[in-house]
Amino acid sequence: MFTDFFINLGHRAISFMYFFGGLANLTAQTVYLTFKPPYKNERIIEQAKKAGYDSFPIVSLVALFIGFIFALQTAYFMQRIGSEIYIASMVALTVVRELGPVITALIVAGRVGASNTAEIGSMQVTEQIDALETLATNPVKYLVVPRFVALGLMLPVLTLYANIIGILGSYLICVLKLGITSSMYMQVTFSSLLYKDLFTGLFKAWIFGMLIALISCYEGFNVVGGAEGVGKATTRSVVFTFIMIIAADCFFTALFYFIFP
Amino acid sequence: MIEIQKLSKGFNNRLVLNELSLDVSTGQTCVIIGRSGCGKSVLLKHIVGLLRPDAGKVLVNDKEVGKSKEVELNTLRSKISMVFQGGALFDSMSVAENVGFSLIEHTRITQKDLSGRVEESLQLVGLGGIGNLMPSELSGGMKKRVALARAICIHPEIILYDEPTTGVDPITADSINELIRSLHDKLKVTSVVVTHDMKSAYHIADNIAMLYQGRIILQGTPKEIQATHDPVVHQFIHGLSKGPITEAIDN
Repeated sequence: MFTDFFINLGHRAISFMYFFGGLANLTAQTVYLTFKPPYKNERIIEQAKKAGYDSFPIVSLVALFIGFIFALQTAYFMQRIGSEIYIASMVALTVVRELGPVITALIVAGRVGASNTAEIGSMQVTEQIDALETLATNPVKYLVVPRFVALGLMLPVLTLYANIIGILGSYLICVLKLGITSSMYMQVTFSSLLYKDLFTGLFKAWIFGMLIALISCYEGFNVVGGAEGVGKATTRSVVFTFIMIIAADCFFTALFYFIFP
Repeated sequence: MIEIQKLSKGFNNRLVLNELSLDVSTGQTCVIIGRSGCGKSVLLKHIVGLLRPDAGKVLVNDKEVGKSKEVELNTLRSKISMVFQGGALFDSMSVAENVGFSLIEHTRITQKDLSGRVEESLQLVGLGGIGNLMPSELSGGMKKRVALARAICIHPEIILYDEPTTGVDPITADSINELIRSLHDKLKVTSVVVTHDMKSAYHIADNIAMLYQGRIILQGTPKEIQATHDPVVHQFIHGLSKGPITEAIDN
């Protein structure tokens, strides 16, 4: 039984290292090919529309609810100590520094990352990736680079939008239900936010965007088997992306805490 | 000219190609026959550089494919086309975009010339006027013919066919055979066709090579292959369930 445990552990460690090795290789190729001409802007725009523009409705909905919920949960404690006005600053800081980038990244990972893996995985099992190569087209340049650039550009944009909608949600609760005046709410919100709060949030969003693109494409390229393989890869892609987003968030939050105390 | 010299390739400790050697002269149609899973497609993928050999080499026009860098390989691939078993058409693109893919990606062709070349290729495979359709709207046979149109659109010197008649009805299969034959006659294209459809093999081949246990065990004209006394080839070409091939599997 102990032997099985260690064999299983060894297998998992090897597959984990294999995953990171493959991901590092794909990252290096993608970064190199991003700067290597020819540049096909139309494919980047197409992916930016799919990943960014089409995600606005769901991001709006989720960010608005997060704003409502966070304002109500904060109000629960702040009312006890008579400091309702600080709800505005707490919501602004938490949404801009943390919740905005992470929630947006998780939505996009579920919506766009899963779609990337399924699309590239299907292309892999139907030999379309091989066909691309035989047509003298590098699959990484053709499929990964546009997604990498588009997600890297669109995730900060979506995050900025989610921040505004989240704060708007909290504003509605505070002004309409808790009796805080509109001008007071806006004043406290803007006075509590610094440029570095916005910068750190958007920087993390940029990193998350690139992570979503790389992991989802990597899993798509490594599909084996038929439809079942595509399904498994899609699940794995979403799970790994969620884990990597949270891990990267933890790392960068700690890093920024010490760099910009 | 394609020269394959002592090519070996294995997957998961299983040797698929074992010091295989084969030459295909310019302008010739060589048909490779063999059982499913014997390594025919693996051999094709080596010729076009999708796989790298474990040992041995593949030379196309005196250039070693396995050791070519990406730029050299892409130059070579502008002269080689491959028709995949399932067509491998890009789902997200129309038929016209599929057929003209190489020209759109790698040349500065005008829209008018592109449309002309695409329509010309589609007409050659008997599917003129379907450029606006999506691959999902095509039947299996039409997909194979569109894949063939995509292959000939770049005016290649070599075309590799992976089971071009598998999974289509006998009439479509015959029209694909006619097409391969006419490309050979009209355009003097060098062709390597992988199949286990013997009717098709006899119809299109200048030369037939039998792949068995990782090697070419016999090569000859269709007449020579039909007249052979080699028990392995005899069992395969006559589709017999009993013989040395099945005995080897049972043992």
